[in-house]
Amino acid sequence: MSTETRGARRAQPEPAAPDPAHGRKGRAARSDRARAEARLGWYLAGPAFVVMLAVTLYPILQAVYDSLFNYKLTAPDDRSFVGLGNYLVILSDPVWWRDFAVTFFIMVVSVVVELVLGFALALVMHRAIKRLRGLLRTAILVPYGIITVVSAFAWFYAFDITSGYVNSWFDWVPGVGPDLNWFAHQGTSLFVIIASEVWKTTPFISLLLLAGLAQVPGDLEEAAKVDGATAWQRFSRVIVPNMKAAIMVAVLFRALDAFRIFDNVFIMTNGANNTEVLSLLAYRTSIGQLQIGMGSAISVLLFLCVIGICFVAIKLFKVDLAGARGER
Amino acid sequence: MMGSVLSTRARVWWAVITVVVLVGALFPVVSILMTSFKGPSDINSGTFLPPQWSTDNYEQILSSGGSAQELFLSALRNSVGISLIATAIAVVLATLAAYAIARLDFPGKRLILTTALGVSIFPVVSIVTPLFNLWRNIGLYDTWLGLIIPYLSLTLPISIWTLAAFFRQIPWELEQAAQVDGATPWQAFRKVIVPLAAPGVFTTALIAFFIAWNDFIYGISLTSTSAARPVPAALAFFTGASYFEEPTGAISAAAVVVTIPVVILVVLFQRQIVSGLTQGAVKG
Repeated sequence: MSTETRGARRAQPEPAAPDPAHGRKGRAARSDRARAEARLGWYLAGPAFVVMLAVTLYPILQAVYDSLFNYKLTAPDDRSFVGLGNYLVILSDPVWWRDFAVTFFIMVVSVVVELVLGFALALVMHRAIKRLRGLLRTAILVPYGIITVVSAFAWFYAFDITSGYVNSWFDWVPGVGPDLNWFAHQGTSLFVIIASEVWKTTPFISLLLLAGLAQVPGDLEEAAKVDGATAWQRFSRVIVPNMKAAIMVAVLFRALDAFRIFDNVFIMTNGANNTEVLSLLAYRTSIGQLQIGMGSAISVLLFLCVIGICFVAIKLFKVDLAGARGER
Repeated sequence: MMGSVLSTRARVWWAVITVVVLVGALFPVVSILMTSFKGPSDINSGTFLPPQWSTDNYEQILSSGGSAQELFLSALRNSVGISLIATAIAVVLATLAAYAIARLDFPGKRLILTTALGVSIFPVVSIVTPLFNLWRNIGLYDTWLGLIIPYLSLTLPISIWTLAAFFRQIPWELEQAAQVDGATPWQAFRKVIVPLAAPGVFTTALIAFFIAWNDFIYGISLTSTSAARPVPAALAFFTGASYFEEPTGAISAAAVVVTIPVVILVVLFQRQIVSGLTQGAVKG
């Protein structure tokens, strides 16, 4: 915005300055100041910018380079250039597609569940009287602050067939009984993994939605109420349309986060029984089996998936990331 | 809004809602807390409450001579040290950057914010493979520095975003006003701006610390011994008192110990954390 006005100002002739020397001096002073400001800006923000690039851009470029080689740390001297060979191997391997499907499934289910729960929580916090608000916020921040690995162990031990109590508590549910080993089947494992993911991250999405709720004009809702709109009508016709941007951003952020899921899967099943996710596949290949070339290729593909999700969200759903996070 | 004139029905509803939220939010924490008090013979009791309360597990990880004491305490030291340093560096760099973004007009402002956003959605596992290889070659593998550097990719972006949002709301005119009233520039900065900016910086540090404290992938990939292995990674590699014993009890006790500071911080600073996470959009 400010650059626009400056541009417009410069484009205008300066009839008020008949003395050309005077006019030039004024302009020079202004641009000197702008230049000094720009220099100071980059002095202050530069280090943070450089560090961010150094810790992400450099490694990903290195990964792109490594992914073009057949390179294993178990036989470092046999390094050979294979071009896109690693990518072809991965993309024609059913393991990649199985892990992709599992990751995608976890992402979609947990985001949908979290959106519903998160909205309910946000409404509760939004409406709660002052006295309850602090208590509710404290309670939901506990899952947010807790270490993901700790949450994974808590859920694991509760469901585990030897140490858990879930089987005896819920034996009235069809299919649940003392012999149910939750972590021996794909479906039940994914259920617990998603449950722990939802528990841990719903607070985050609900806080983003709470921020969106605060932006819905209160008088609009009041007016709808006076006009006789039911609670559901007020919610679906007034509240949701007015915070669409916040909802989209919350969903995109959580989707990207869920797509990178690693910790709970590693702790609970370590990928057994077809529960492996893409991050785990990348970890297992490069850190576990020391196949740096192949692992790098998976890393790059994972990175491209994240960019793809962003692209779809921004182009198709018109998510304005910067705008909704307060940057205009 | 409604003050104290809540109808009985509304009161009951709010009581029910509060209980549901509290149980939902805290149940898994209580669950692992109960597991941590089960002695070796009760671990597989299949009950929620320990049949017999025992502090065996805590002795195992905390008392000298405990089988997992060395492992746990060194991991705790690593986690606290590495997370604090990574947080401090990120907050200092982010404070400078956010000050520039909030107060100065310079080309590239948007680029910096966009980069921060891009880095924050970056899959950690994509960075870990090249770092693993590089760290081994240059000797940063299994060192504190070897974790602090990649932790900046987690802590720096969110710090920049949060602080820029906080700093935008500071009424910077007050600084000039103070100077007009006769304060020196330094006095104006110290007495007016620092008190206004400090809560934002503190909140940002808290959120960044939570994120560094939570890391798992870097922790298991870039360390191999207790020299630098942080708590979440150490938990995954805990072993029982004997080879054949499941480390369930020790892990639960360690999990509880590292969760206590989180709960304390959340109880003390819930208001600040919420406003930080919602980028200052929510007041009150």
